[in-house]
Parts: sequence; C-alpha cells; structure tokens
Amino acid sequence: MDRIYLDNNATTIVDPRVKEAMEPFFCQQYGNPNSLHSFGTEIHPAMRLAMDRLYCGIGAGDQDDIIINSCASEGNNHVLKGIYFDLIRQGPKKEIVTTQVEHPCVRNSCAFLETLGAKVTYMPVNADGIVDPDTLRRHIDPDRTALVSVMWANNETGLVFPIRELAEVCREKGVLFHTDAVQAIGKLAVDVGRVPVDFLTFSAHKFHGPKGIGGLFIRKGLKLTPLLHGGEQMGGKRAGTVNVPYLVGMGVAMQLAVENLDYEERAVRRLRDRLEDAILAVPDTMVVGNRELRTPNTILASFRGIEGEAMIWDLNTNGVAASTGSACASESLEPNPTFVAMCISDELAHTGIRFSLSRFSTEDEIERAALAIAHSAARLRAISSSYDKGK
Amino acid sequence: MAKNDLIGGALWEQYSAKVGERMNNPRHRGEISEEEAKALGARLVVADWGAEACGDAVRLYWAVDPATDRILLAKFKSFGCGTAIASSDMMAELSMGKTVDEALKITNIEVEHSLRDNDETPAIPPQKMHCSVMAYDVIKKAASVYKGVDMASLAEEEIVCECARVGLRTIREVIRINDLKTVEEITQYTKAGAFCKSCLRPGGHEKRNYYLVDILRDTRAAMEQEKLFAQADAGDFSAKNLIQKHRAIEKALDEKIRPALAADGGSLEVVDIRESEGTVGVYIRYLGACRGCISSTKGTLQFIENLLRQELADSIRVIPL
Repeated sequence: MDRIYLDNNATTIVDPRVKEAMEPFFCQQYGNPNSLHSFGTEIHPAMRLAMDRLYCGIGAGDQDDIIINSCASEGNNHVLKGIYFDLIRQGPKKEIVTTQVEHPCVRNSCAFLETLGAKVTYMPVNADGIVDPDTLRRHIDPDRTALVSVMWANNETGLVFPIRELAEVCREKGVLFHTDAVQAIGKLAVDVGRVPVDFLTFSAHKFHGPKGIGGLFIRKGLKLTPLLHGGEQMGGKRAGTVNVPYLVGMGVAMQLAVENLDYEERAVRRLRDRLEDAILAVPDTMVVGNRELRTPNTILASFRGIEGEAMIWDLNTNGVAASTGSACASESLEPNPTFVAMCISDELAHTGIRFSLSRFSTEDEIERAALAIAHSAARLRAISSSYDKGK
Repeated sequence: MAKNDLIGGALWEQYSAKVGERMNNPRHRGEISEEEAKALGARLVVADWGAEACGDAVRLYWAVDPATDRILLAKFKSFGCGTAIASSDMMAELSMGKTVDEALKITNIEVEHSLRDNDETPAIPPQKMHCSVMAYDVIKKAASVYKGVDMASLAEEEIVCECARVGLRTIREVIRINDLKTVEEITQYTKAGAFCKSCLRPGGHEKRNYYLVDILRDTRAAMEQEKLFAQADAGDFSAKNLIQKHRAIEKALDEKIRPALAADGGSLEVVDIRESEGTVGVYIRYLGACRGCISSTKGTLQFIENLLRQELADSIRVIPL
C-alpha cells in the first residue's frame, strides 16, 4: 500500500534536488569554513551562493542579517531572549505582546521570560482566527512594549495573519516586530522588503529542506544579544560551526520554494480545495477558517462524533498520515492551546484533524485520501456513542 | 527511562498488539435493541459514562437474565480515542457471562491486564490509563440502572486512585503499617498514582475528592499525635519529652506527696525541671507549713525524691529552692 503523506505542516520530504546539492559537502568539501586553508576557503563560494538564495528568497537587503541556526525554535528563542537581555531587563520597556495561538517555542519562551520579570500579553484571536491591526494597536503601549511577536501563518489552522499591516502598526508606534514565518515560506510570498518586520524566523524542513537548519532575519542596524556564545561564526551573532551541507541544502530549498510559489498557489490550492470539498461532503463535518484566508495547503477539519486520535489511528491504518490537536493524542493529554484560543467548541478540541499538503502531493493521492477519510468517518461513527445519523 | 524519553512520538508504540487489534476491529461494538434483549428473555440495560467535552464517552449495553442476574450479551459504543475503544471492547467482553454483582468486581487494571500481550508489559501507557479506561465506572452505572439504585450506594468505599482502584482505607493502612513518608512510596506499595496521576495532588487531569499528598499529610499527622499520646501514657519516663515529664511529676506529686504534706498544712510547687547529663533536676519551692520546716531539707526531701524515683525514674534529683 502506498502511504499518503498529508502532514506537511509537521515536516516535508526533502526535495531530491536539495539532497543532491548537499551531497558534495559531506565527504569531498568537508572543511570548516572558518579555517584559513584551502579546505576551509573552498567552501565559501557555495556558502555565499546559499546565502544569496536565502536573502533573495525573503527579499532581504545586503545590510540585513540572516543568521543561520538550527531551527525556528532556536530563532524564536534567540529573538525573545535577546530582547529580554537587551531591553526588558534594563526597563522601562518590560512587555512582550504576542498571541494566544503561537507555536510552543514562542509561547513557552514567553512563559519562561515571565518568570524572569517580563510582562507578556497574549492577544486573543478574532472570529476569523487571526489578530487584526486594531486589536494590536490597542495592546501596544510604546512606552512599555519592547517587542511584538505574531506568527505569519498558524500551523494548526493555516490561517494567515495580516503581517504587513501588523508590522506597519509596530513601525508607526516605534515598537520592534517579530514574526515566526515557519508556516509561510514556500506557501506565501514572504518579502521583508515590503513588509517592515524587524525579526523573522524560518526553518528549512518545512519547505523541503533538511531538518536541523533554519534562519533568523534581523533588520539592518538592530542589535540582538546572542543565544549561543562562542566563536566568531555568523559575525559573532551565533556561535557554532555552520552546518555547511545543510546551509547549502536550505539555500536550494529556498530557491525552489520561491520558484514554486505560483504552483503552490494554483495547483496545491486546487488539490487542497478538492480534498476539502470531499471532507465537507461527509455529513456533519466542518473546516476551521475561510479557505481564502488560509495557506494554500492546510485543512483543519472536525468530524462530529469522532475523537481525533481514533481518526488518525484509523487513517494511519489505511495509509493516510494526518495529525490531530486532540489532547488524547499528546503525551501530556493537555488540550491544544490554539484550539482553546480559537474558542472552538470543546468537541472540536477533541475532534480536530489537520491535513496539510505540499507540492509533492498528487491528484491520485488526494482522491485516495478522500476515500479513506470517508471510510474512516463512517466506520468510527458506527461505533460512536455520540453520533446518531440525522441528529 | 531518560534515553527512551528523548525521542518522543512514542505514544502508539506503547500500545499492545491486542489494543491495536481491538482498535481496528472491536468485537463487541454496536447496540442491543429491546427486541434482541426480549428474544434472549433478558432485560435491556443501557448506561452512559464520560462526556464528549472530556474527550471520552462510552455507552454500555447489557442484556441481563432477570432470573439469574447473568449478563447474556454485552455491547458498547464509544466516542473516544483508540485506547478507549479497545478497552471498552475488552470491558464488554469481560462482563459477558458474569452476574451483575460479579461484573461489579471488574477493575480497570483487570481490563488493562487482559489487553496485555505479555504479563510484564503494560497494554497502554500510564497517562492513558485513567481517561481511556472507564470500565469500572460504566459497569457501576449499568449495575445501578439494573438494580434501580443510586450509583453511590454501590461504592463499597471511597476510591482514591481510579486507575489502580485503590481505596482510601487501603492507602491509610499502607502508610501506617509501612511508616511511609513520601507519595512515591505510596505509589510503590499500592500502584495508586502510577497511571494518570490525577490523584497525586490537585491540578492533575481530573479533580478528586482525595489526593495522596493530603492523605499522606493527614495520616502522618494522626500518627504523630498518636505517638505523642503513647509517649505521654508510656511507663518509660526517660523517653518522655520535658512537658510530658513535667506532667508525670505533677501527677506523682498530686497522688503521693501533696496529700501527705497537706496533712501537716504544707505543700510544694515545681518551679523548674532541668535535664543534664542523664539526671533530671526537679526544682521545688515549699509552700505553707513546709516553708522553714527543718525536715524540708532532710527527711521530707528524701521522702519526696525517693518517691519520685520509685514512681518515675532513678535519674530524678529533687532540689529545694
């Protein structure tokens, strides 16, 4: 049975072209780029090319920094903790404004900084599942707010935040703005030349690059205390030998992501919409968020009367990989904070299933997935104590 | 466990093959209709437990022979995760063929054990024990429906840990008998708190009437009190603390000495008790006729000291002030 991978918001397949580009940097060109001898220096052209691709991919200028790090969790920690050391600890700006639906790496970093004296405001999302500029405006106090951090697109729902407008509000108020763009790169146009963000984070494995490498954009002239202290790598802003093969891979992945944006917007969206239509054709189902307001690849669906873990178990048995935010499927059994913040009913918090496509998803896969979903829903509803047909 | 904990995503790997099999193909899923029950000459019992909002709900159907109270057929429906489906299936299976009273003895642990592939390996991970294994509660509910009684009347005692089904009395006993000092020890001895951990302390998955931390604290406090009382009442004077010694001395004085002194119009009071190097110094002040009495530093003093030594301990020395 050919398995169908519909969990691309968790991670993606590495594009074979990315893997190929990485290949020479394991056994042939393995020098440390900080070495002065030829083994080190021969790496530099490939690194420069990779950096060019990253800068070009997000529209960064030569005077901006893109710090290469291990993942978006690291980048987000770097921004939040850097701001703590640079601003909050000194006062009087002691506040971080963020949302209730951020990824755990932002939420838990904020919670940690609260224990050190930072004040954190978690903005609610509106009926559309996003934060609008007026809400942000109300929550900012230029005398007290050190940083605003809002994700570009939500990992669970795919809902896209109005990042340009939010960044402009911050610019106007003179407050620093960070966005976690992990779910945006490769799905939406991300251009820091047009969107005045100060910090932006991304991770290669969400756009068909390898796991374990990411980037942090820092607008020119901004200071950010390092998270990792050590050698002079990344201009002293992030110590640790650069993961050369992965940087090369991330560069190619970024270029491919940008080249495929149009395909993503048309073809992936079309497949996503087809799957969504098939899901909605199953009685008593719903999908969270207007599809026009979402990344082109994401569906968060709810099947009434079916608990999420049971559903993904059944789908997995039938070769379809999806994910659930159901508390019963997490190691801790804690409810998913995003679902709680979205004010979605308690039932949805236990029934939500996320399907996320990629440019590698095929028409045939989507057809088969749609059948498997309908089959699982029917089987589990037949055993469900809380689903009666026609109710 | 550390090495195994670092990778994560191991939830499903902790399910036994039997759990997986029953998640995929539950044998006793479905309903029993009035007609089917009637055809068996049985009474239909339907019981619901849990709530969708909590993530797990189960409905149990029994066809019970009214003459023998025997459960002829059992089926279930479940809104729940895979483990809830598998454990409900096993619960239905275990109840079949038993009388209602026998079924009431089925525990969640028994359901879990029946789902194991081998004796040593748990069928489901500990955190899933509580919320997904609801056998005992729904059976109790079904039995109460069948008997037409209140569910609470079927509970033989207060259950502190639903997962391992350990009662309040057992936990208190184990703490006392084994002189347990930590919650971890209670878990080691009884398995209470080893699974969903709701009963360890407030703030877990579920609100409980009793938490192990409180039971431990209260039982230890009661034990401490009893120990003090026992000490106070014990014959061994040297084991008593200062206050208890004072009491014992006053008691001996009241019973044996003060009446004799009073016959001569005198008395005494204890001013201080000082312990040093194995002796207990009792500092007294004579009152009434005893004051200035010539015998008070000689014969009477000797009498008092001998009597206290005889009654309480040889280590006592009486010092008049």
